[in-house]
Amino acid sequence: MNRYQKTFSELKAKGEMGFMPFWMLGDPDLKSSQKIVEMLAQHADLLELGIPFSDPLADGKTIQASADRAIKRGATVGKCLDIVGNLRVKFPEKPIGLLVYLNLILQFGIDDFFVECKKQGVDSVLIPELPEGEVSLVENSAKGHEIDLIFLVSTNTPKERVTSILEKAGGFLYAISTPGITGAKEKIATKTLEMIKDLKTQTEIPVCVGFGISSPKHLALLKENGADGGIIGSKLFEFRNDINAMEKFCKACKKAIR
Amino acid sequence: MKNFIENAHGRFGRYGGCFAPELLQPILNRVKEAFEKFKNTPKLQQEFDELLESFAGRPTPIYFAQNLSESLGGAQIWIKREDLLHGGAHKTNNVLGQALLAREMGAKFLIAETGAGQHGIATAMAGAKFKLPVKIFMGTKDIERQKVNVERMQLLGAEVVSVESGSKSLKDAINEAMRFWIAHSQETYYMFGTAAGPHPFPELVARFQKVIGVEAREQILKKVGRLPDEVLACVGGGSNAIGIFQAFLEDSSVKLVGVEPAGDGIKHGLTIGKGKYGCLHGSLSKVNCDEHGQIEESHSISAGLDYPGVSPLHAFLEEEMRAEYAGILDDEAVRAFLDFSKAEGIIPALESSHALAEAMKRASTYGTDKILLVNLSGRGDKDLHTIFDYCEKNGLR
Repeated sequence: MNRYQKTFSELKAKGEMGFMPFWMLGDPDLKSSQKIVEMLAQHADLLELGIPFSDPLADGKTIQASADRAIKRGATVGKCLDIVGNLRVKFPEKPIGLLVYLNLILQFGIDDFFVECKKQGVDSVLIPELPEGEVSLVENSAKGHEIDLIFLVSTNTPKERVTSILEKAGGFLYAISTPGITGAKEKIATKTLEMIKDLKTQTEIPVCVGFGISSPKHLALLKENGADGGIIGSKLFEFRNDINAMEKFCKACKKAIR
Repeated sequence: MKNFIENAHGRFGRYGGCFAPELLQPILNRVKEAFEKFKNTPKLQQEFDELLESFAGRPTPIYFAQNLSESLGGAQIWIKREDLLHGGAHKTNNVLGQALLAREMGAKFLIAETGAGQHGIATAMAGAKFKLPVKIFMGTKDIERQKVNVERMQLLGAEVVSVESGSKSLKDAINEAMRFWIAHSQETYYMFGTAAGPHPFPELVARFQKVIGVEAREQILKKVGRLPDEVLACVGGGSNAIGIFQAFLEDSSVKLVGVEPAGDGIKHGLTIGKGKYGCLHGSLSKVNCDEHGQIEESHSISAGLDYPGVSPLHAFLEEEMRAEYAGILDDEAVRAFLDFSKAEGIIPALESSHALAEAMKRASTYGTDKILLVNLSGRGDKDLHTIFDYCEKNGLR
């Protein structure tokens, strides 16, 4: 069993939903982000970590601003992976996923990138502009180094597409709450909750919901509707200058889905 | 070389593909279906041709720039007059085709990015013609240097959205338009302005711009009795260049020359010239980025060429050595702009002035029997402020 399988089956046994915070490696700087992700790892069941890219077209203002700060402070793919390596030593069992835009991987070298991911203890990679139909570009390298590729579905994804995505998906399925880009939102649409139930009848792969999830209340609602995990990203960046407040928020998040 | 664009399913050697977020895949598939329908429906093609003729004013002529050629004392420079197209640039060809697709898909809104403003104007015109509201995304830096075009877009009824992020120019306008499309894909059609982006945009834009080359090839054969020795066009994203190049792909005697902006010599937009194999805005192509993969800001005095990406079709043509790509400095482009205006009584767009500058350089080293055909992709009225500012700063006037 890999880390995802193990974690999700433990959560299921306890009747809990997984809390998966997202943070941008290198924001506000490399050293501080190391501290932030270590704090997050203490309260999270799983982690999703971004590598900053200058032109993140699937992301909203909050994440783009975060990426800009990180790049200015010297974050590179290599240095971000070093942070993951340090984290892995302290948290040997915690599933860690990366969100990386394709051009960063191409410049690092596709195979070199997955070699380094394996070495530093990464469990999965989500490439925002790599749809299921283009997966052959990286599939062999990812498989060869036992890194799961994470795919997204939304309420707008046609049924046949969902089927072919499920054939390729590893780790967990990233379900998008509101069609759009990342960013904190007020409400979760009813359609999203229906989608979770729908997906759960079609697949064994754990379903985690992200984009627009911004409060413990949202997480509780996702749990009620059968999601396996909830991803909170943009909201966390409000606390970027106050790690204590961020920790308090994370505790409240986990508490809501125990 | 045979036409490699059609029936390639968006793959051109190691370039192209559909590397766009999952949320865009359903709508991109619908665009693909609409484009297939267009290709298989003579009635739609006739409607397109009719619009090109009556709305846009095609065919545009070719013209022998005799005064300029004689003053250089070398090759004959012939001009394809896309500056005479309605709207003032070749962009109109593309938007009329895409507006038909939008209509067939039942879209309720049109969105587009724009750099120099020409594609924004063309989209605004198409929106008015097809009764569809239009939103144009434009970097604040470009809004400033293309004020007149912003006013023209607004006059045509479009809303211009100012983009503040990143380098505040074309690449950021595309990011923002894509983001908007991701969130509103059900009812919105994205009029992509150049032959780049995810499949099917490179093929689709190339198809709608093909008319430039088809006409030019016929016209030069009729007027001169033979094919040109070289065909030159400026390359930002690359749509006017692929438009004219396509018709000459199989004519192995005809050299194809793309001209990229070399900027001030340090900061530039030489994507084919200096870029790396990478991915920006949906396809694998050449990209200007640093060693870590972060996209570098491009620089060009002409907003329409100020882009760190390029069409995968040009990346492929260069790799296959069917086309060559040169660089022209801001300064050379401005001088060509001034010289051409005075010599021929035609004010060229700053973008097209890059192609003119390269042609003028080459012409003076060739004999008078050589024929160069330059795609004059647009007219330069929009650039007057930029030109006057540049001349003042550099003591050119």
